[in-house]
Amino acid sequence: MIRESKMRTAALKPVIPGFGLTMGFSVLYLSLLLIIPVAGLILFTLQMSWEDFWRAVSHPQVVASYKLSFLASFIGASINAVFGTLVAWVLVRYSFPGKRIIDGLVDLPFALPTAVAGIALVTLYAGTGWVGQYFEPFGIRIAYSQIGVVIALTYIGLPFVVRTVQPVLADFEKELEEASAALGANRLTTIRRVIFPAILPALLTGYALAFARAVGEYGSVIFISGNLPYKTEITPLLIVAKAEQYDYHGAAAIGVVMLGAAFILLLLINGLQWWASRRG
Amino acid sequence: MTTTNTLPLTSAEAMQYTPKATAEPGWVKWTLVSIALTFLTLFLILPLVVVLYGAFEAGMQVWWQAVTEPDALSAIRLTLFVLLIVVPLNAIFGVAIAWAIAKFEFRGKTILISIIDMPFAISPVVVGLIFVILLGSQGWFGPWLAEHDVRIIFAVPGIVIVILFGTLPFVARELIPLMQQQGKEEEEASLTLGASGWKTFWHVTLPNIKWGLIYGVVLCNARAMGEFGAVAIVSGRIRGETNTMPLHIEVLYNEYMFTAAFAVSSLLTGLALVTIVVKSWIEWKDERKQKSPSAH
Repeated sequence: MIRESKMRTAALKPVIPGFGLTMGFSVLYLSLLLIIPVAGLILFTLQMSWEDFWRAVSHPQVVASYKLSFLASFIGASINAVFGTLVAWVLVRYSFPGKRIIDGLVDLPFALPTAVAGIALVTLYAGTGWVGQYFEPFGIRIAYSQIGVVIALTYIGLPFVVRTVQPVLADFEKELEEASAALGANRLTTIRRVIFPAILPALLTGYALAFARAVGEYGSVIFISGNLPYKTEITPLLIVAKAEQYDYHGAAAIGVVMLGAAFILLLLINGLQWWASRRG
Repeated sequence: MTTTNTLPLTSAEAMQYTPKATAEPGWVKWTLVSIALTFLTLFLILPLVVVLYGAFEAGMQVWWQAVTEPDALSAIRLTLFVLLIVVPLNAIFGVAIAWAIAKFEFRGKTILISIIDMPFAISPVVVGLIFVILLGSQGWFGPWLAEHDVRIIFAVPGIVIVILFGTLPFVARELIPLMQQQGKEEEEASLTLGASGWKTFWHVTLPNIKWGLIYGVVLCNARAMGEFGAVAIVSGRIRGETNTMPLHIEVLYNEYMFTAAFAVSSLLTGLALVTIVVKSWIEWKDERKQKSPSAH
């Protein structure tokens, strides 16, 4: 009896210490660095009158930048959805020389500073560059055009789809494919009806992550885009330009719009991840 | 494909047809591999080659001059200094929050995890703007800071703060799932045997999370050295004072000093490649560890 009650108190009382210390430090750190500053930005824009706020966020130049930022991010993320899935498939299912190195290099856009990526991409895709010179004769300008923005945003989002789809493909049970084949499905049907549904949640998560990263991206884009007003200016660039002119209210208003988009995307990504984990 | 209709198969037959039915013909395989490699060459390998080519095209001497010129040296020093503050702080934070989340039950855990992810979603440019608005000379705390002679924006502390913000999730995001998966039995055993909390942490928890921690630190370090958008807003780009390496590269590029820009870039590229090698190596170790127990 005594032993049992002792065991019960031991089970009830957490023996592991440090909750107060670690939780207190974490919450303090997050509050000071993250929560209070982000709330500060929102409060700062609340000081503006609605008219001022609306004028700042709906200026034609700003609207043109939203269109470019969101459309180019959408195209970039879509390219990554297709090619990222293909790369993940190739890396998981096939063996070929140099596979390990290629697999590692997929993380390069995460690891390489965006400014370095930016000057590398513009050098490569400019009219005189190694790649750009082959497009120039056909009248296709990649650098200093909207195509350049798409190229940079595709580059920056590349690892996301690969790295979310890859583990799902690797864990996928071959028995399911065998069963599908044994039941008479051909290879394409198996891929479409058995494998694709299994990787879909991960694919969508990677897609959303790539999109979210692309919308806010600055460093890798500004070199290749050429930053022509109404044409190749992305929204983050306008925030920097306004901040450099000390137009903090104008910058903050656009910043809040970006923040709102980021929160919506974060909710979406969390929802997708929850869906993916339930499937898994 | 026609053989699939002739069921039932003997096991020998099944063994024979399985690889065919669950794999693609050779030409499909090689077409897919070629498309993937072309895509990766255009987007990953060529940018890498162009940086290294641009850096060393004019010879080692020019490269050496570009990376040892005073402004470049001061940018390198500043970047290293920032890393020395940011990486340990975010590592401590990552360990602390992972401990709280993995070893204890409390309400609002999912919300807390979502909050940690916020820096991934927020544009670096917005991060810089937030701190200029709060701490800049025309910002909310600006007058108070000026009174006490503290300069944060257009100075080194501002750079440290925005990079702390931007790289906050990396260690935490690695350690939380790892520590959740490891549970708390080992720590409980150690504590029951009379070890103190700190001792348990040093001798039980830390060895268990060592590789995850290194992994997170490497990622945090890579992102911290390259942070650009946020730093561009808060640094003020004072040459020799508040230019980090990425900002120095931008300045050089905009002044048409391409070789110098690529030379400094090659240093960061080297660090990025080291990051990838360390990351791949840790993943490879993990894979082997996971495979070996199941292989009996």
